[in-house]
Amino acid sequence: MKPTDIKNPEYFHKVVDCQYACPSHTPVPEYIRLIAARRYGDAYMVNWHSNVFPGILGRTCDRPCEPACRRVRVEEQPVAICRLKRVAADNKGDIRERLPAIPKKKNGKRIALIGAGPASLTVARDLAPLGYRIDIYDNQFAGGGMMRSQIPSFRLPIEVLDEEVNYILEMGVNSTFDVEVDSLRDILNKDYDAVFVGTGAPRGKGLNLPGLEDAREHVFLGIDWLASVAFEHTDRIGKRVLVLGGGNTAMDCCRTSRRLGGEEVRVVVRSPFEDMKASPWEKEDAMHEGIPIYNNHVPVEFVLEDGKLKGMTFEKVEAHYDDDGKRSLVPTGEDLVFMEADDVLMAIGQENAFPWIERDLGIEFDKWDMPVVDSTTFQSTNERVFFGGDAAFGPENIITAVAHGHQAAVSIDLFCRGEPVTERPPPQVNLISQKMGVHEWSYDNAVEMDKRYAVPLAPLAASLKNRKVEVELGFDVDTGYKEAERCLNCDVQTVFEEVRCIECDACVDVCPTDCISFVPNREEEDLRGRLMAPASNLAQDLYVSMDLPTGRVMVKDENVCLHCGLCAERCPTAAWDMQKFLYNVTKAGQ
Amino acid sequence: MSYQIPKFRHPDLPVNELGYTKADYEGAISTLCAGCGHDSISGAIVKACHEMSLEPHKIAKLSGIGCSSKSPAYFLGKSHGFNSVHGRMPSVVTGAAMANRELLYLGISGDGDTASIGMGQFAHVIRRALNMVYIVMNNGCYGLTKGQDSATADAGSASKKGDPNPFAGIDLCSLALQMGATFVARSFSGDKTQLLPLIKAAISHRGFALIDVVSPCVTFNNNPGSTKSYEYVREHAEATGTVDFVPIMHEITTQYPPGTTQEVTMHDGSVLHLHKVSETLDPFDRVSAMTALEQHRNDGSILTGLIYLDKNSRDLHDMLQTSQRPLNQLDESDLCPGNKMLVNINASLR
Repeated sequence: MKPTDIKNPEYFHKVVDCQYACPSHTPVPEYIRLIAARRYGDAYMVNWHSNVFPGILGRTCDRPCEPACRRVRVEEQPVAICRLKRVAADNKGDIRERLPAIPKKKNGKRIALIGAGPASLTVARDLAPLGYRIDIYDNQFAGGGMMRSQIPSFRLPIEVLDEEVNYILEMGVNSTFDVEVDSLRDILNKDYDAVFVGTGAPRGKGLNLPGLEDAREHVFLGIDWLASVAFEHTDRIGKRVLVLGGGNTAMDCCRTSRRLGGEEVRVVVRSPFEDMKASPWEKEDAMHEGIPIYNNHVPVEFVLEDGKLKGMTFEKVEAHYDDDGKRSLVPTGEDLVFMEADDVLMAIGQENAFPWIERDLGIEFDKWDMPVVDSTTFQSTNERVFFGGDAAFGPENIITAVAHGHQAAVSIDLFCRGEPVTERPPPQVNLISQKMGVHEWSYDNAVEMDKRYAVPLAPLAASLKNRKVEVELGFDVDTGYKEAERCLNCDVQTVFEEVRCIECDACVDVCPTDCISFVPNREEEDLRGRLMAPASNLAQDLYVSMDLPTGRVMVKDENVCLHCGLCAERCPTAAWDMQKFLYNVTKAGQ
Repeated sequence: MSYQIPKFRHPDLPVNELGYTKADYEGAISTLCAGCGHDSISGAIVKACHEMSLEPHKIAKLSGIGCSSKSPAYFLGKSHGFNSVHGRMPSVVTGAAMANRELLYLGISGDGDTASIGMGQFAHVIRRALNMVYIVMNNGCYGLTKGQDSATADAGSASKKGDPNPFAGIDLCSLALQMGATFVARSFSGDKTQLLPLIKAAISHRGFALIDVVSPCVTFNNNPGSTKSYEYVREHAEATGTVDFVPIMHEITTQYPPGTTQEVTMHDGSVLHLHKVSETLDPFDRVSAMTALEQHRNDGSILTGLIYLDKNSRDLHDMLQTSQRPLNQLDESDLCPGNKMLVNINASLR
């Protein structure tokens, strides 16, 4: 193998699994250390610069970082990264002084943002401090988009949402709420220098099953129903509720139903339980509230009696997987299952809809009627129009929308300055030794064996009574400290300098997880089988040195390195050093 | 400074015949200097015991005083241990071995503990052919007292702050041959590929087995001018050949071209392959071994690898016809033959 090029910022970035997995690449270990140091305001700001909504995301994020956490590869549970973010948000104090200053003198450029969800707000947050005039339009009465209309208050209190949305709206953003934008042409005619479309995926999918016409009064689309609850148009539901679908929206629907009078609430999903799209913790939360999940049940029809909805029938199926892992649901041949229902909520997916975009504006649409958007620049085929969030490539999540927003803001800024949007700024990278003395590091290198701490919950009876009572209470600061100490500091990199190495093997002998080997160089596939322990996780790189005096090379399998620093402590010549790698995605104007 | 090794281990660590991973043979975190050769030797002992599927509670590690003799704390944490008086480890092993022949006796010593204060003990334990593995972690200096030259420092070798040593060094391998050792090897802490099969072979050998391991002292004797530095040893080591150890009951998979390899079956049934053995050495002939050691010393090179092996070795138990069973398992009926036997004995003396 060729020696590893550690000067390429993506090499060490990939070692920080959580940050690498995060769409916004939030420097996770950096803020977790700040939480452990009880510097909550600082931890909050690291988050805020990267993901804009730490308080919101600390409660609602899909947390792609957690399955990626290195801890999963040496024990069972990842660090509770998401809930630690909330600890920072809950204890940050007043940070308004630390928000960027908004210049009084503007730069003369005007930007329109359509939709006031996480993607648009991120664009505003990046461009307002640079002197752009920003007009934001939304059909809801306040900003937040789906974070306001689709996420129930028992998961995300309205105060937390308002606080973080307002940090941005108070940057001198000119907002037009309660107005439906029904023509992009009208917006373009207002001579904006650029327009950003962040209108989400607002259309819920339905199932057109027999009996629907007559049952329509008691059948609702999940996201519309959640919005109607959030905006206080709906405050009750029947005693027996069926929720169709297995995603996070279905989980929000069933749990909201429990709070609005639903006593027998059931989730019915076509797929096996394991294949459900909902995050595992959201399924757990629903079941904790006494909501059974029926899997492998395909809805067949609405059953009515005297013109009134009685329930639904379902066909039982089994999942079969072919060699490519493709799934088919095969009926078991058993009798249809009947389930009683007063109301049915359909939460089987959502999609984009752009009826308000005229098709002669130079914006190309593909065969699925989705706008053609560049996945790096987020520019459409009309160079003045940018897309981001769910509006760009279909439904994802908040953190992805934020990542899109940052990149779209970079593009808009380049575009408005007349520079090519394809020339992306490189990330901001810093690599600094953590050595403070002999065998002494500026980070807490001891590896804690604590199991993941559970977040305490409000009493079930109280939270089911009122949909505005937040279910999760969040970690207290002491538990937050203990959970933060579980972090392995994967951003503190093991950096190897071959000219110093005397090949004494001290690092090999001390490494608790057998990551380091000194072996004759081979091709990667061959090499992976010749190390101290087999390097079978192909998703994790091998760090290979140049040739050493004995003709061998140092090979480190990054897979289960605990970043404990023992290799560097036991190295007599400081050929190993522990160096903190800070990687920040470059934002607009930086 | 870390005081503990993290408890997490690689999830795919190989498991031996007893179901143990290498981690089950480890000890406490080392407090020796970073980069000390002794830690590598400890690592090799851990690996050898794991790969041979030895039961940790059937091993006794014994040592004297010195950096070397601290190191048993850093391996085999679940085995028996005895840290004895300076240079007196052989006496303690002798007592233990006489009392219980079922344990593996692993003596760990240094150049001071063996070649200075313990010289007499060393000579006599070899002469008595005690069934043990005697590993000398040989760094040519007294590291624990700031690096003075030891008795194995070569003439002319200079440690970090010292003048060239005016005295000739004691060659422990030559001495062991002279005293009748039946397994003599030398290795280098920086070459585990060689050290590991030698440790395994020594464990399989019945009788006295010496491995003299050159183990650089990174703090006091790893400088230019020293003949026991990593760099010097790598440049001057000359291996007698390649040793490949195949444990008992294991299929022999390594293929060597015919005529280049000698096979030795050890007492416990395991097989030793000696590959590419140098033409000037017959490792089964004591005179040849002694000559080879002397020649390399004259040439200024360090002869490593298996130097001498007596295939028909006997140990002290064989010579003295001691009890097969450990003394702690003998009860009164075994130890007291009774009045009738006493009468017979007395009668035979009349």
